[in-house]
Amino acid sequence: MKLRKKITTYVLLGILSIFFLMPIYVLLSTSFKSFQEVSMQKMWFLPKDFSLSGITEAFNRLSPNLKNSFFLVIPAALVSSAIGSINGYILSKVRFKGSNTLFALILFGMFIPYQSILFPLISFLQDIGLYGSLWGLIITHIIYGLPITTLIFRNYYAEVPNELIEAAHIDGAGLIKAYIKVLLPISIPGFVVVMIWQFTNIWNEFLFAVTITSDPSIQPITVALVNLAGSQVVHWNVQMSGAIIAALPTLIVYIVLGKYFLRGLLAGSVKA
Amino acid sequence: MPIIKGITKKKLLGLIILSPTIVALGIFVYIFIGWTTRVSFSNWNSFTALLKGEYKFVGFSNYLKLFSDPRFQTDLWNTLYFTIFFIGGCLTIGIILALLIDRGLKGSRIFQNIFLFPMAVSFVVTGTVWSWIFAPGNFPKNPQGLNLLLGLFGLESLQWKWYTSTFSIFNFNVALIPVIIAAIWQLSGYTMAMYLAGLRGIPEQLIEAAKVDGATDWQVLWKVKLPMLRPITLSAMIILGHMSLKIFALVYSMTGSGPNNVTDVPAIYMFESTFRSNKYATGSAIAIIMLIMVAVIMIPYLYYALRREVTR
Repeated sequence: MKLRKKITTYVLLGILSIFFLMPIYVLLSTSFKSFQEVSMQKMWFLPKDFSLSGITEAFNRLSPNLKNSFFLVIPAALVSSAIGSINGYILSKVRFKGSNTLFALILFGMFIPYQSILFPLISFLQDIGLYGSLWGLIITHIIYGLPITTLIFRNYYAEVPNELIEAAHIDGAGLIKAYIKVLLPISIPGFVVVMIWQFTNIWNEFLFAVTITSDPSIQPITVALVNLAGSQVVHWNVQMSGAIIAALPTLIVYIVLGKYFLRGLLAGSVKA
Repeated sequence: MPIIKGITKKKLLGLIILSPTIVALGIFVYIFIGWTTRVSFSNWNSFTALLKGEYKFVGFSNYLKLFSDPRFQTDLWNTLYFTIFFIGGCLTIGIILALLIDRGLKGSRIFQNIFLFPMAVSFVVTGTVWSWIFAPGNFPKNPQGLNLLLGLFGLESLQWKWYTSTFSIFNFNVALIPVIIAAIWQLSGYTMAMYLAGLRGIPEQLIEAAKVDGATDWQVLWKVKLPMLRPITLSAMIILGHMSLKIFALVYSMTGSGPNNVTDVPAIYMFESTFRSNKYATGSAIAIIMLIMVAVIMIPYLYYALRREVTR
C-alpha cells in the first residue's frame, strides 16, 4: 500500500477513535476528581488532585446492587444457555414437520418489544408471588433469553456433521445419549459465546429491571445507576464513577473474551 | 434432512424435550401479547377500574385517543426521524470503519476493539455519560459539557441548547440530535462488525479479477464490494430499525421526555402511562402499536431468512 494511503488511513482511524474514546475520557477524568474539583469549568481537564472519593462513594452506594446483578445474571445465563443448547440440538438435528415454523415462532420472541408483554408479565408475577423479587427477574430473563440461546446453539450444531450423530445412533446411543456423548464435549466454545452474550445482555438490561423490582435494595445495577442520577444534587464525580462500576464487569468480559463476544453479536443478527 | 427417517419415537422425544420452551414462550410471548391486546381494548385507565376487574370493552377508543394525542403524535415523529438518522449514521460510519479496518494495517485489531467496545456497555451507562457531555449549562456565561469545550476553542457560536432545545423543523425535534449521536456511538461498531464479516466473505478472486480488468480501488469499492454487501446492509437496517422502534433505556437515562416532549418516544410514554399514571389500557395500546411496527419489519425478514436457509 502506498505510504500516503497508509497515513490517511491512520489519520481517519485516529479521528474516529477520538469520537469513540471521548466518553471514556470524560468518565475517567471526572471520576477521579474530588467533588470540589468537578466544577463545570474543569470538566475537560485531567484531575489535578487524584481523588478516589467519587469511586468510593459510588461503590458504597452501589455495591448491594452490584451483588444483585451478579445474583441475577449468573443463574439466568446458566439456565437459559443450558436449555438453549438442548433446544438447538433438537432443532438442528431432528427435523420434523413444522420444525421451521416452530423455530420462527420461537425466534420472534426475541424481537418483540417487551412492552407488549409487560403488563401481563407483572400481573402474572404478582399472582405467583414473585413480583418485586430477583427470582421473578431471573425467571423473566431465562424465558425471554431462550430464543437467542436456541438460535445460537442451533447454528452452532448445524455445523456439526450429521454423520457424527448417526454413528452414535448406530452404536446404540439414543437421542439424549448422542447429545451427551457427541455434542456436549464439543460445545464449550458454543457455551462460552452464549454465556457471554447472556451475561452482557442481562447485566445491561433495564426495562424488566426497572419494572419488576421496585425496592431499591434488590434492584440491579442499571436501575441503581439511573436512580443515582435522579437523587438530589447531581454529584457528577459520583455518577460517572457509578457508570464505570456498572460498565466494568461486561467490559472486562469483552476485553478478555472479545472474540467470543463478537461471535455472539453476529449470531444475534439471525445469520441463519 | 432428517438423520433417520420415519423414527417417530425420536421425533416424539424431540418434541418432549422442546415442550418446556414451547409452553413457556407460548404463554410468555403469544398469550401475553393477546392479553395486552385485550387490555388495550378495555377501560382500565385507572387503578380503581383495574381493582374492580370488570372488563369493559371500549373498542378502538384507546387507539383513537392516542392518535389524536399531541404527545403521541410527537412520539411517532420522533421515532421516524430517530430511526432514519440513527440507521443512516450507523450504516455510514459502520461501512467507513469496516473499510478502513479491512485495509489490514498494523494495529487494525486495536482500532476494531475500540470501535466495538460500546456494544459491551449498557444503554443506561451510555445515556448517563452522554447526558453529561451534552448538558448545555448556562451558556455563554456558564457553559457545560461540549459547550464548554467549544468555548475553550473559541467556537462560542456553535454552543447551543442540545437536548433541551425546543426548536423543530418539519416536525423534527432537533433536541433528538444528541440522543441520535449517543445511539450511533453505541451501535456503529456493531454495524462495522457486520460489514467486516461481509467483506471477509467476498471471494478474493472477484476483487483480483476486477483489478486485472483495470478497475481502480474506487471502482472495486462501488462495483464489487458495495453490491456484494447489500444483504448485510439490509440485515443491519432491520436489526437497527427494530432497535430504534423500541428505544427506551437510552432516552430514559439520557434526557427523559424533555421539554414539550421533544425527546419523548413511544416506549417512554408507554412506561409512564402504565407505571406512573395507572393508565393500563393506554399503555397497552402504545405497546401494541410498537409491536405492530416491529412486526411489520421483522416478520418478512424472518420469513425470508428462514426460507433462504431451507432452499439452500
